[in-house]
Parts: sequence; C-alpha cells; structure tokens
Amino acid sequence: MKPAPFRYVAARSLDEALALKAEHGDEARFLAGGQSLIPAMNFRLAQPAMLIDINPLKELDYIRRAGNVLRIGALARYRALQRDAAVARHQPLLAETLPHVAHPQIRNRGTLAGNMAHADPASELPAVVLALGGRMHARSGRGERWIDARDFFKGALTTALKSDEMLTEIELPDLPAKSGAAFLEVSRRRGDYAMMGVAAVVTLGADGACIGARLAYCNAGEKQMLAGKAAQALVGRRGADKYISDAAALAESEIDPQGNVHASKKFQRHLAGVLTRRALQTALARAGAA
Amino acid sequence: MSEELHQVAVQVNGKHCERRVESRLLLSDFLRHDLGLTGTHVGCEHGVCGACTVLMDGLPVRSCLMLAAQTNGHAIETVESLTNDRDKLHPLQQAFHEAHGLQCGFCTPGILMTMMAFLKETASPSEAEIREALSGNLCRCTGYQKIVEAVTLAARRIGQAGAR
Repeated sequence: MKPAPFRYVAARSLDEALALKAEHGDEARFLAGGQSLIPAMNFRLAQPAMLIDINPLKELDYIRRAGNVLRIGALARYRALQRDAAVARHQPLLAETLPHVAHPQIRNRGTLAGNMAHADPASELPAVVLALGGRMHARSGRGERWIDARDFFKGALTTALKSDEMLTEIELPDLPAKSGAAFLEVSRRRGDYAMMGVAAVVTLGADGACIGARLAYCNAGEKQMLAGKAAQALVGRRGADKYISDAAALAESEIDPQGNVHASKKFQRHLAGVLTRRALQTALARAGAA
Repeated sequence: MSEELHQVAVQVNGKHCERRVESRLLLSDFLRHDLGLTGTHVGCEHGVCGACTVLMDGLPVRSCLMLAAQTNGHAIETVESLTNDRDKLHPLQQAFHEAHGLQCGFCTPGILMTMMAFLKETASPSEAEIREALSGNLCRCTGYQKIVEAVTLAARRIGQAGAR
C-alpha cells in the first residue's frame, strides 16, 4: 500500500503550477489536501506521473465576502470553513453539511476545491454546491473562465476542467430573501459516505408560495445530481404536506442510485424519498413558510 | 522511473532534522523507518483508521495521507513527544493507564495525539464532544467506553493543573 513512483514538485507560484500542468496534462495532478488523492494513490487506483503541490501557494488560502457572494480559494480547508463567521452567517447549508464530511483529522487537511475537482458522486459537498447554485473559477496558462456547478460535474471523478486548468475558486451566491435550506443524510457511521443524502434549497415569494427550489443528492447516481422535475413540482405551490410528498415521490424516481453491498437501489430510493420530505419541511420552515 | 530525492528540513518533536526523501515516501513511513519513531502506528494506510495520526503545526493529521516531502518547513509531533521518561507519563497517558483506556494499544498513539489537540481547544469537554472528537479513530478492541472515561479524567486533571 504505497504510491507508485511519481515526480513531486512543490509549486513556488501559481504561474509555475499552471505551466507544469500545461506541460504534463493528464499525467499530472494538483495536490491540495490530498485526502482523496493520496488514498487513491496508496491503493494505486491513481498513478499520476507528477504531483504539483499547491500547498505552498498561500494566496489560494482564503474565504472572502465580495458583495453578495462568498469566494472560497482552492486552499481553504474544511476546518477553516467550519470556523468562518461569514460561512456560518451567509452559507448555513455549507456549515450544516461540513460536520458530515469525514473526521476532524481529515477536515484539518481537506479542501472544498479539492473535493469539487475530485468529483466523487458519493460526496456531500458537490450536492451542496449544486443546490446553492455555485460557480467554479478555472485558470490555466491560456486564461480563466467561470463554470456553473451544474455544468462542472460530468460523472464519477470527471469534471469540465481541461487538462491544463486548475480550479482556483468556488463562488457561492447568497440565497435570495425568504430562502431556506437543509442537508440530511443517512450513513452507517458518523463520517462515512452517506447511503443517501439530500441538499434542499427553497425560496418563497411575497405571498408565501414557492418561487424556486433546488434538490441535489449524493450517492444517487453515477454522477452528481440535481432532481429538476422534483424541484419544479414545488414551484408555485405553498408548503402543504401533499406537495412535499409529490416532490419526494418524483425525486425517488428521478435519481439513479447504483446500489451497493450496504444499500440496495430500492432502499436508496426509499431513503431519498424520506430525506427529501424531511429536508423540504426543514427548509420551508427556515424560509419562514407558514 | 528514476527516483528523485527531495531535501526536507522538518522539526520533529522539537528537534530539527534534515533528510533526503523519495517523492512517494509517506510521512508515516518517514517517521517510522527513517527516524525510528515507531510509536506512530500504521493501520489502514488509506485514512480510515486514525492509528497514524500525528500533529502537524499543532493540528492532528493522518500521516499516511501526507508525503514526507510536504513537511518541509513544518513541525511534526508524534506520541514520543508526550514523555521521555518511562516512569513519568504525560497526564493524558496516565489517565489512559488508570482508566484502562487501552487494550491492545494499537490505536492508542493516534488517539492520544488527536486528544492532545482536542483538549487544547476544548478545556472541559462534554461526553458528546469527546465522542465526536474520537470519531476519526477506530479501536478494533472496541474499548471506546474506557477511552471516553480516560479522556474525561485527563480533561479534569489538565483543567485543574491549569487552574492552579
């Protein structure tokens, strides 16, 4: 259980890191927290020829408010996010979800951006960033661009990032007024990957009817998943239990769980229904629904 | 592929040390094989069991999920830092000894280092807080009840010592 040989480079500047990535392409991987990449390398599931360590690039270690968005740099660790007042105040869904992500030792190293770039559909945080309508900032020697979260995740361990690009920042917009959110999951042990998890966001109009909703799931398919039909079914409705149940039933059929030794597909769908109902009830109450 | 070596200057248990290491050398193996600090145990080697937990710049990390090359310029503390006197254990170790906080002892170094950082941040922890802080360390003897009692005892003693 040791990694296969590789070249290690501690980046001295962002430009150097991007130049190396452009030169070595898919053979090179960026190393941030390493809490997913190093285990994969220990198992030799991943055998990159080069690791470009971005930990020395302190300019990527930030959590910043700018207008009505939160900007999270590529080196912002879970620990910092859990202790950040702006995260707690402006992105309570992220704050609520972080304790479910592994354990304190992992959260001392792991980064949000590393989690996004790793793109494990079983992870909680892609669902949260999808539900919050986040955007990803990618940089390369050629330039920079923004990628909406919903266009970023392409499947298991696959993203829209090109082989020369680095995910340098995640931008989370504040939710509109009269919004509420909730994250719920069922896992076998605290800190394990969930058998099923849901991030729910709802926004109410002046008359109390739902004017927008997003439902995102973890471990619900081969890729990170928004349940668009289920969310659409809530729009225009008031938060009566009937409509919540309708949305939960739609979500159950809309997701595509793969099943595993601990949870059959059927059980995963059942969990999705129950969790969707409960998450929507909580999110609606937090949005101030009567 | 030829194995390139990296010069690493790292503070380990307060002592400056310099070595040349392979890229792929894990911090856990660096501590055990290169420095002879075999108190750090290697369990699962993929970040699940917590046996290899050490402090890096004061924070608990999995040493099996870090490269030795990454520690250049940083400070590492292992379980050997708690005491160098067999007859005078650290108060945390003493509490584990008295409360039977270990059975086979394999998971103990990782738990001690995790709890060192936890008790620094949380002076008088509740049982729920202790259990949450222990969640990343597996004890395959399943001796958790006694581990929680040991940490509770240690927290009380360290708190009293600090108050005096």
